[in-house]
Amino acid sequence: MNAPARGETVQLDPPGPEPTADGRFGDFGGRFVPESLIPALEELEESFRTAWHDDAFRLQYSTLLGEYAGRPTPVTECHRLSERLGLRVLLKREDLTHTGSHKINNVLGQALLTRRMGKQRVIAETGAGQHGVATATAAALFGLDCTVYMGAVDVERQALNVWRMKLLGAEVVPVTSGSATLKDAVNDAMREWVASVESTHYCLGSVMGPHPFPWMVREFQRVVGDESRKQCRAILDGADPQYVVACIGGGSNAMGTFAGFVDHCPDVQLIGVEAGGLGLESGHHGAAVNRGVPGIVHGMKSLFLQDEFGQVLEAASISAGLDYPGVGPEHAQLAKLGRARYEYATDDEAVAGFQLLAETEGIVPALEPSHAIGWLAREAGRSIPAGSTVLVTLSGRGDKDAAQLMERLGEL
Amino acid sequence: MISLEAHLRARRSQGRKLLVPYVTGGLGKDWIEVVRACAANGADAVEIGIPFSDPIMDGKVIQEASQRALDLGATPESVIAQAAAIDVDIPLAVMTYYNLVYRMGHNRFAASLAGSGISGAILPDLPLDELRRGGFDSAAELHGIETVLLASPTTTDARMVEICEAARGFVYGVSLMGVTGERVALADSAKIMGERLKATTDRPALLGVGISTAAQAREAAGYADGVVVGSALVRKLLQSGGPDEAGAFVAELRAALDS
Repeated sequence: MNAPARGETVQLDPPGPEPTADGRFGDFGGRFVPESLIPALEELEESFRTAWHDDAFRLQYSTLLGEYAGRPTPVTECHRLSERLGLRVLLKREDLTHTGSHKINNVLGQALLTRRMGKQRVIAETGAGQHGVATATAAALFGLDCTVYMGAVDVERQALNVWRMKLLGAEVVPVTSGSATLKDAVNDAMREWVASVESTHYCLGSVMGPHPFPWMVREFQRVVGDESRKQCRAILDGADPQYVVACIGGGSNAMGTFAGFVDHCPDVQLIGVEAGGLGLESGHHGAAVNRGVPGIVHGMKSLFLQDEFGQVLEAASISAGLDYPGVGPEHAQLAKLGRARYEYATDDEAVAGFQLLAETEGIVPALEPSHAIGWLAREAGRSIPAGSTVLVTLSGRGDKDAAQLMERLGEL
Repeated sequence: MISLEAHLRARRSQGRKLLVPYVTGGLGKDWIEVVRACAANGADAVEIGIPFSDPIMDGKVIQEASQRALDLGATPESVIAQAAAIDVDIPLAVMTYYNLVYRMGHNRFAASLAGSGISGAILPDLPLDELRRGGFDSAAELHGIETVLLASPTTTDARMVEICEAARGFVYGVSLMGVTGERVALADSAKIMGERLKATTDRPALLGVGISTAAQAREAAGYADGVVVGSALVRKLLQSGGPDEAGAFVAELRAALDS
């Protein structure tokens, strides 16, 4: 069997399973949106379903993933980290894609779809700016108008990404409502979409929101998991890793990774690592699976951090990309079924993971996947027995976080 | 409890254009007085907003009012309980988001509305399909609560028929593509929406979203049975207006609709 390798043509696996006709993954999902958006979501669902089974679309998409985004990304065996942790650790290198994170996989698919639907403009929400930059990139590539909604607090924190988006021709709208972070950016993007839906596509950045987004974004991200499965087998003499670990905000890199294993490899244990912030007891975290309860927010039924009345709480994390009080509905269902486990790493553990990977492998991870590394470092030899084989998705590179970490860690 | 729909139909049959102002529940200590002032100055029903942290169908004014009410300690339970003290001879309906209903439980929510004499519920993020699937429609019916549904300019004709059939109380025609908030002029889509609704249903059909002035209200009411006015009124309340200002504004709207 040939494993995907850099420089080779991207081969897409067949489409994965669809949610039910009413957009459900078990109990979760659905389409809880203002009436104005219903026709557009129905159109999007139909366009995506048709495109995703259309060989011409799939060839356009896989060609873009290869020639523009630089896929396939490698799986790197981490010898020094493995030795340090007493495990065999493999990393799926989404940090090596164009724009530096897995977000590009999704936006290229959605940009192609936007053009196919005859729309000329995209809008997007962004937290740290990775999805905003990816969307602005795809918009520039396709000649689409692009507006990105970003919490005013995040605009301050991520000045570099704001500048990059503007360089790419996007308009960046600072969102001042609510807490002025990712949750509010989603609110404002949805409000704008209600007004402009006839001419504009909402390029949602994660496996969340109303049907068909959680399904569509998972499908555009499943290349991460499908490549990984084959690459791991090539490295592991035909075996699968025992554990597959990815960080979770809304959950797109994790869902893309899990999609490659969940049905193919029933024995592989799937683990999502949420933002533990200052610790789950502190109330300052983003652990929606661990501490959330079912609710309906941003168009979907899923798990959310909320008070007893249903008012949505603020998430808190050192990483802007995990700073979201909910999680995608398919994760909520995998958690309910027990098919995936959801753990957390605190801010401190994530920073330790960030440093550990840099020191042992010469790879500077983004703060988001640093949670997965930090969790693994904590659990190695404990809930992850010594000698286990573990695949971790490195969803992005850490350049964007360098300034923040420099301030936190000071002189090294 | 006064039936929202029966009341609106009766008023309509007198040749009257219907006026439904929106007031954010819990916005200031005197919000109950504001509702009373609306009733005393010509409202045919009043929408009471139960504030939610993430109101995606609302523009800046109602967002700000919701946040201020939340900061003042408003909860779904407190707003519904306080509404029991509103002794007016017109029906009341709450407008809020589905998560608050879901958290309280369909039955408990509907029962508590009924217990406070509230006739209707408007849930803009619970479209027809999810309303039926989740069963809030039957819980509401069980407790005599009328669930108002929204129709939008992008709603297809076939779906508009379904919405008009399933709606109770009235059909809320969204006059433009966008969220709540004041606009300089009435959108062209308001006329089309009003005419489509009137051609589809005999149920009272009101236009709302982007209807801010007496002149706009009068124009919009020409295309349908009446109007909902929210942000323009709430803005006055945010700018430290109280029952007197609200009453005067509602009277102005009433006069325009009657002229």
